[in-house]
Amino acid sequence: MIDIRNLHKSFGKLEVLRGIDLHIPESKITAILGPNGSGKTTMIKCVLGMVHPDEGEIFLDNERITGGWQYRENIDYLPQIAQFPENLKIRELFSMIKDIRQRPSNEDDFIELFGLEGFLNKKIKNLSGGTKQKVNITLSLMFDSPVIIMDEPTAGLDPVAIISLKEILRKRKTEGKMILFTTHIMSLVEELAEEIVFILEGNIYFQGTLNDLIVKSGESDFEHAIAEILRNKSLVIKPSAS
Amino acid sequence: MIKVWQYSMYDLIRSRWTYIYFLFYLVTTMGLLHISNTLSMTIVSLVNIITILIPLIGTIFGAIYFYNSKEFIELLLAQPIRRRSIFLGQYLGLATSLAISYSLGVALPFLIRSIWLTDQLGNFMILLAVGILLTFIFVGLAYLVALSNNNRMKGFGLAIIIWLFLAVIYDGLFILSLIVFEDYPLESFSLITSMLNPIDLSRILIMLKLDVAALLGYTGAVFNKFLGAGLGVGVAFTALIAWVILPLTAYLKIAAKKDF
Repeated sequence: MIDIRNLHKSFGKLEVLRGIDLHIPESKITAILGPNGSGKTTMIKCVLGMVHPDEGEIFLDNERITGGWQYRENIDYLPQIAQFPENLKIRELFSMIKDIRQRPSNEDDFIELFGLEGFLNKKIKNLSGGTKQKVNITLSLMFDSPVIIMDEPTAGLDPVAIISLKEILRKRKTEGKMILFTTHIMSLVEELAEEIVFILEGNIYFQGTLNDLIVKSGESDFEHAIAEILRNKSLVIKPSAS
Repeated sequence: MIKVWQYSMYDLIRSRWTYIYFLFYLVTTMGLLHISNTLSMTIVSLVNIITILIPLIGTIFGAIYFYNSKEFIELLLAQPIRRRSIFLGQYLGLATSLAISYSLGVALPFLIRSIWLTDQLGNFMILLAVGILLTFIFVGLAYLVALSNNNRMKGFGLAIIIWLFLAVIYDGLFILSLIVFEDYPLESFSLITSMLNPIDLSRILIMLKLDVAALLGYTGAVFNKFLGAGLGVGVAFTALIAWVILPLTAYLKIAAKKDF
């Protein structure tokens, strides 16, 4: 599990995170929602140690991770933008990351699933955006780590690949992994997420299940419930988990 | 760190610019050896080329490569590696591959001429060492500027201005100040001023070693007079190494604190 306590982060005058308190449970798929610029990616990057918080602490399985680096052994991360050293071939990129992590990996399953066999000896600069994203996803799932964090995983993917991705994530969940993803695609949230976290202007506005959200907002469906939070920013639904 | 270094070098070895850079030095050195036909004259000519070109290429490649590997750095930052290892590895990757291109390009023609049998071996080694140091210095400066400026155009422009300043403008200002203050004793002033410019230092270092009085220039002469050729070479060498370490340390410090 991940515990975030009183997380603050500003970039210059722009206050991106304003005291986030969040508990992300184990063995569940959690979706982080929020409009552009609400602080989703910044929060994720704080967990990964890519952004240094101004204030606050983050714990992974009760261990404080702020400032450390070894804990990243346990996290698989899919960044929003997929871009790699352009002169490397895909095969070399995979072996490089394997070499860095020194852990058993099952990239062959994903290479087959996404039909990447024909691209393995191609240089990365010659790949299309969608293929790059498939490489990106393979890199982020091939190590079977207990925590999986994905920033906009479906961006640029074709429908077939999206279906495959959903299946993988469901399977990983049954294996007891913690999965955390951000998205703007509401259907993906409805299909996959058991827990929803809604961030707006650097604050958590809601945490709970999909049903909780619909019931508490008094709306008829998920999309309207989200729209209601956005419309009426004073409507703070207290996180149900804390 | 070794792995990041290894892979970024591997990436660069595939780049055709690495080969173009190597071929340029190879052809230039062979051409100069052919025209002048003496090793020492070729070394002097090469000094004039490398003290301008190595800083320029180090600056341009440094800025381009750093900005191009931004996403790659982000990928690595999410891996279980120390931040310092990532940034040091990236720096060493580019600096060593440029240094290898330069060294091979310059060394091969000299080796064909059996440089190790001549009295120019020491001078040749100094030429190689200075070229390698200049590569590390300017890649470090370019990385420092690129890391501190998220805006590519601004970072790139600033890196070029630093090169232009150290390679061209600095000398002009220096000579101007010598003329303006000619009534005052300027030895220690010029000694310190030349230490503050790695390009000047490199030129002085090689000219002192080569013992070409006519090419020493004013600062070189001051170096020679006050420190003697031996100590002068030592001081200039130490100052150049400081020039490698200082930007690199600043770069690593900023990298440790930066948000990605």
